[in-house]
Amino acid sequence: MFSPCSRHLFLSTQLRRLQSTLVVAEHNNEGLLPVTQNILSAAKKIGGDVSVLVAGTKCGPAAEQISKASGVSKVLVAESDVFKGFTAETLTPLILATQKQFSFTHILAPATAFGKAVLPRVAAKLDVSPITDIIGVKDANTFVRTIYAGNAILTLEAKDSIKVITVRGTAFAPEPLEGGSAAVEKAPEGDYKTDLMEWISQELTKSDRPELTSAKNIVSGGRGLKSGENFKLLYDLADKLNAAVGASRAAVDAGFVPNDLQIGQTGKIVAPDLYIAVGISGAIQHLAGMKDSKTIVAINKDPEAPIFQVADHGLVADLFKAVPELTSKL
Amino acid sequence: MARVLVGVKRVIDYAVKIRVKPDKSGVVTDGVKHSMNPFDEIAVEEAVRMKEKKLASEVIAVSCGPAQSQETLRTALAMGADRAIHIEVAGAEYETMQPIHVAKILAKLSKDEKADIVIVGKQAIDDDSNQTAQMTAALLDWPQGTFASKVEKTDSGLTITREIDGGLETIKTKIPAVISADLRLNEPRYATLPNIMKAKKKPLKKMTAKDLGVDLTSRIKIISVEDPPVRQAGSIVPDVDTLIAKLKEGGHI
Repeated sequence: MFSPCSRHLFLSTQLRRLQSTLVVAEHNNEGLLPVTQNILSAAKKIGGDVSVLVAGTKCGPAAEQISKASGVSKVLVAESDVFKGFTAETLTPLILATQKQFSFTHILAPATAFGKAVLPRVAAKLDVSPITDIIGVKDANTFVRTIYAGNAILTLEAKDSIKVITVRGTAFAPEPLEGGSAAVEKAPEGDYKTDLMEWISQELTKSDRPELTSAKNIVSGGRGLKSGENFKLLYDLADKLNAAVGASRAAVDAGFVPNDLQIGQTGKIVAPDLYIAVGISGAIQHLAGMKDSKTIVAINKDPEAPIFQVADHGLVADLFKAVPELTSKL
Repeated sequence: MARVLVGVKRVIDYAVKIRVKPDKSGVVTDGVKHSMNPFDEIAVEEAVRMKEKKLASEVIAVSCGPAQSQETLRTALAMGADRAIHIEVAGAEYETMQPIHVAKILAKLSKDEKADIVIVGKQAIDDDSNQTAQMTAALLDWPQGTFASKVEKTDSGLTITREIDGGLETIKTKIPAVISADLRLNEPRYATLPNIMKAKKKPLKKMTAKDLGVDLTSRIKIISVEDPPVRQAGSIVPDVDTLIAKLKEGGHI
């Protein structure tokens, strides 16, 4: 017989062991997107068993990659034309069916446009309150996230029995895709078609440069660039540094660059080794997207620009002189 | 013609540098300038434009929050909404109110008011959750057009351009549908003084979550709200050569 105390202990270890996480992989039908590896590392912090769901029109490459990650116990694959465009309306019933079969305690996805569109829909169906864009895991129920454009850090305890969470990729180290050999199984079958909506087309910005959210170096431009043509100065510098190119909202709104380059509270959150802000004043909303960069360099002719308050190295100079000089000397 | 429900939230003004309370329970809101969440202004503007294009018959603005949320609703009315519904939530209940609660309220109101389109901002700039539209759509079993930068009415429904990570994508949804507005959907108009005066006479109905049968039991416990780590002060370099030397020192080049 257990005493009440040891019985409680027994139950809590049981609960811990029964912790199980589903990671919804983000991929593009050709392979895994690197951010999924970061999310896996958040899943391992939560502890317990980790499964990964790969859904799409072609899942083979991504499923094979993720099955090699250590600590993944199984990879569930749902391959069907209905998942074209990875729409929330088709993925939600699939995730619900998977949840029904395996009863996960945690469901995780990256806090990307994809994860942010899908997981709250899943959470509402499960009647739980989702948690967006976590930057830390304290324990299986306690998570850390930023609020007010990164100007406050909220630690919260989730009271719901199932935790539905999107994870900020840059806050967790990527898990290598090696050392594991997870079983690849079929996800629960069902009718996941929707007649509510139809995915029509995509227009992706083509670039040979590294992808913004996982780049080691980023060169970013703001209103100070004055025109789209002048962004060429930044592309030249970026090429020398093998860097991705980003932008402030001002540069996007002015039409200098497409909006998927926007870094900030409502654009992408990045944390590269080196962030070079050129002609960016450093509004609260922009800082929210880049202030966790390891080294920040600011080039701005206004010595009062708020960007200098977060920059490790500031250069008060005309960017039209300083940037070409920097590029030529590198 | 569609009836449009638009959700608006009163938040600390986007330009305010927020302060964390010394007891780490939240941020200081008393005496701080508040205004309509910027994404919600865009949502209201889109709803009003739908009405101006005769695609919508009526625009109903909804806000959940303390008594001051009525000011935010008056702003929506001054921008062109026809009437407003204030769901009063205050005190501790408001502190732990989450998008799931708001979504349940919006879903119930959508049914009661026979709305065809719900538009909200893609995220509130205070809690940065980015959940309400998706959850409202789920509860209603409606399609969702999240992060919309363009919405067009077609014969059978809506064609929506969405801002996604790599660029843009286009979807077609049936109506009824839920839309969340991204920054580039439109340029919100300023409310003119005559419209602000007129807005005072427009109907504003007060209700509670209880009236709608929505349970506001907290789903989270706030453990702490703290300041983010402060970055070490950097230095100003005199020229490009010094900058390059510093980058070499840091192992960046």
